[in-house]
Amino acid sequence: MTQNIWQSIVTILVIAVVTLFLRGFPFLLFSGSRPVPKFITYMGKVLPFAIIGILIVYCLKDVNVTGGSYGLPELISLTAVLILHKLKHNILISVGVGTLLYMLLVQLVFVY
Amino acid sequence: MNETKQAMKSAFTLTIPIMCGYLFLGAGFGVLLAKSGYPFYWATFSAMTVYSGSMQYVEVDLLRGAFDLLTAVIMTVAVNVRHVFYGLSLIDKYKDLGAYKLYCIFGLTDETYSLMCMKTPEYIRNKNKFYFFITLFDHLYWITGCTLGAVIGQYIDFNAKGIDFVMTALFFVIFIEQWESTKVHIPALIGVFGSLLCLVLFRIFVQGGSQFFLIPAMAIVFLSLTLGKKPIERRLSR
Repeated sequence: MTQNIWQSIVTILVIAVVTLFLRGFPFLLFSGSRPVPKFITYMGKVLPFAIIGILIVYCLKDVNVTGGSYGLPELISLTAVLILHKLKHNILISVGVGTLLYMLLVQLVFVY
Repeated sequence: MNETKQAMKSAFTLTIPIMCGYLFLGAGFGVLLAKSGYPFYWATFSAMTVYSGSMQYVEVDLLRGAFDLLTAVIMTVAVNVRHVFYGLSLIDKYKDLGAYKLYCIFGLTDETYSLMCMKTPEYIRNKNKFYFFITLFDHLYWITGCTLGAVIGQYIDFNAKGIDFVMTALFFVIFIEQWESTKVHIPALIGVFGSLLCLVLFRIFVQGGSQFFLIPAMAIVFLSLTLGKKPIERRLSR
């Protein structure tokens, strides 16, 4: 421990408060009885689609496509997820099997 | 089944993938914090109050350094500013949450948000309780993971390499579900290709660029959606 107990508590609480503020900021902006602007209603409709796309790319941001495993474990596992989900439409099966497959691939097959 | 029980049960089933992810990712943080000399309840305390995966890893670095609140604030904003976009798209969904509202906003992590992005099943009778339980369960998994990691993480030798793929797989499944729920795919495509473009540019031109591409990616996607408002809305109303 570099910081003493009180410094540590304050640091953690400051991080917590700033995070809460960021999460709540839009709600503060558009609270009360005023009608929500049309632009925000529109964003509410389209942003969830776009953000999930961004989050997938974010998860894959450090995949090495020019060397190492050439992103093959990710490609194989995501393809498996896609096929499973098209067949079964069961989130648990798709995510569970996909993850197990990925773990097997990076632990046993593509070992670097 | 009464509506509370139904909301609880449906929320639990939906959050099982997140349980797997959070137990291990939380444990990773717990181990790290314990190694920095903090007793286990500090991990519990962080999980309860901060409740932000990527930020808690940064928090360990901050705690290892000198006491510096300004740096803590700047780092938190840099890591978590993406959450502003999440709230922006949930104004309507969260508007009648009442007593649950503050807690659901507090618990709006990437993973909880991704579940909120899915269409709420029609059979759920009390949607507000459903949102609340999703948020609560995810939070409890995270607290448990962080605490367990700090208590026993150092003594267990289990090869969990690749377990973080559970989040990638979950986001991808949600992406598929969303894709099937609409005929208008432009927003999803803007999200994927806008951020991909950003990532490629950052990886080529900036040292360690993949760390910094997220916020510019959000901005580019937001801008594209703004510019494309008219044509997208026209297709949506068809």
